[in-house]
Amino acid sequence: MARRNRIDACFSDLRERGETALVPFLTAGDPDLGVTRELLLAASRAGADLIELGVPFSDPTADGPAIQRSSARAIGRGVSLPGILELVAEVRHTSEIPIVLFGYYNPIFHYGNERFVRDARDAGVDGLLVVDLPPEEADELYRPARRVGLEMIFLLAPTSDEQRVRTVMKKAGGFVYFVSMTGVTGSKGIDADVVRGMVEKLRPQCDLPIGVGFGITRAEEAAAVAGFADAVVVGSAIVRLIEEHADEPDLVDRVERFIGELKDGTRRSIAA
Amino acid sequence: MPTVPDRRGHYGEFGGRYVAETLMPALRELDEAYTKLRRDRDFKREVRDCLREYAGRETPLYFAARLTDRLGGAKIYLKREDLCHTGAHKINNTVGQGLLAKRMGKQRIIAETGAGQHGVATATVTALLGMRCEVFMGREDVRRQSLNVFRMKLLGADVHAVDSGSATLKDAVNEALRDWVTNVRDTYYLVGSTMGPHPYPRIVRDFQSVIGSETKRQIRKHEGRLPDYVVACIGGGSNAMGIFYPFVQDVGVELVGVEAAGSGVESGKHAASITGGMVGVLHGKKTYVLQDELGQVQEAHSISAGLDYPAVGPEHAYLHATGRAKYVAVDDAQAMAALQLLTETEGIIPALESAHAIAHVERLAPTLRPDQIIVVNLSGRGDKDMMTVADYLGVTL
Repeated sequence: MARRNRIDACFSDLRERGETALVPFLTAGDPDLGVTRELLLAASRAGADLIELGVPFSDPTADGPAIQRSSARAIGRGVSLPGILELVAEVRHTSEIPIVLFGYYNPIFHYGNERFVRDARDAGVDGLLVVDLPPEEADELYRPARRVGLEMIFLLAPTSDEQRVRTVMKKAGGFVYFVSMTGVTGSKGIDADVVRGMVEKLRPQCDLPIGVGFGITRAEEAAAVAGFADAVVVGSAIVRLIEEHADEPDLVDRVERFIGELKDGTRRSIAA
Repeated sequence: MPTVPDRRGHYGEFGGRYVAETLMPALRELDEAYTKLRRDRDFKREVRDCLREYAGRETPLYFAARLTDRLGGAKIYLKREDLCHTGAHKINNTVGQGLLAKRMGKQRIIAETGAGQHGVATATVTALLGMRCEVFMGREDVRRQSLNVFRMKLLGADVHAVDSGSATLKDAVNEALRDWVTNVRDTYYLVGSTMGPHPYPRIVRDFQSVIGSETKRQIRKHEGRLPDYVVACIGGGSNAMGIFYPFVQDVGVELVGVEAAGSGVESGKHAASITGGMVGVLHGKKTYVLQDELGQVQEAHSISAGLDYPAVGPEHAYLHATGRAKYVAVDDAQAMAALQLLTETEGIIPALESAHAIAHVERLAPTLRPDQIIVVNLSGRGDKDMMTVADYLGVTL
């Protein structure tokens, strides 16, 4: 597809400004879909460049406790894929922020791949990141997704060797999500220098923007990673903040402030 | 029947490798190591010797004369996997994979367990081979199977109680996968059934198929021909795949897998993934999965903890889809009655898992002629289930 989608446009604008993208992750439906919509718009106001919208799954094998709990809460509320697509469609009335659905394959497969990619595109989704769908298994979703112009975003990990990188890059669209460490989401202790080395090694093989996620919880870490990555993904730290303040009236303000601090972090790295 | 899986681990539309990128290189490493070793004469001899000298193979194929009389139909043979070391077929796989892990230079072994049988079999082999062992087990199962938890600890394993989700086997698998993704460089995940991403379903099938190979030889010796039916219970499906596989090309042999219907398939409280589930993706494989209308995985229910899993091995999904094997379901009450029947007629107390297979034989045998033959895989012994059985019968120990 030659059509310039929101993800490509976002990264090319940022490149012109010399900025790194901030990508917050929100679990759709935690605490409920209405609040998720407010949080998403607040994130956009606070300077988020792209949203990863988590589609909750009963068995999130790549996620740590924070996102596990958040997914369970959302499922407990009856959040469904159709409901999440409605949420995206509503957001599209007021916002053009790129939205990537982030989740596991079974709910999508169950919905039906062909129908799903059409409905997702119509709702205004820009890309899909399906954690447990490596390129080897992806064709049955990748092909219909590409036909309707949805990007498939793939992961690379510290364990991915050159052969893996080649396999992944054949199908990767939008940006590449580099997992900073072997582990699950919400693991602690990112070593920015080590990750910098890995990302620099990846660059010559990778013609897409590189986002880095896993283990980034504070503005300082966001700043450090922004020094060498094209996008900084923050998930569990935001999800935990939502968990802690779900019942408080200033939840949305708190999340907006936190995302603002993270965005300042990514901006700071340019000045440094 | 074509040979499955294909090079990429697919059984028709089933199987595959549905895992996060971080694990893909480890699966390739495992596939390469196993592909090489499965043809290696030293390795094959090492596995065979260990199964014979340590695990107690071969196991008898026993003609159950009184059960045959009682049911008044086909001749019934029992493949006595209950006589293996640790009390079930699980040891066939842990011996094989333990030796494989050792050849691969891995020192730390992780495993999931439901009832604790695979956990015990894993801890047994890691004790034998001098390796570190950590077992993930749902908190609910830890409570229900405290004796097996104690056995694992005695064997030197660390047992991690898993609180997430429903705190049962499916969640133990989730947690084992999370540990593996974190420690993938030095850790071997010893999967306990014909499930998980490729190449696990194939590796487990291959190590378990010693059951079917022996059975084939033994029944020829006893009867001079192959059986008409081979019957086995299905949770993840490893004992069934083990006894089915050597018979798959023998189209005159009917293969019957018996799933756990729990309180009844209509009740929604069951573990019959093929009978009552839909195609989906769970734990690295595409197969039949118990799931709701949104694609969220549902909890399985069975009185038998070893069958309490909301999916089934991909090769069973394939055998079902191609019609090569038939899958039926037996509920808790029928399994409990079959346990008592076998105990009374043959003096053999089967595991509740295996009792599901016996229960189907109870229905099948009387419909057949006396010259027809049924082989049923008696996958484990029932000692571990005595508390559950007593409870069910209202007896206080």
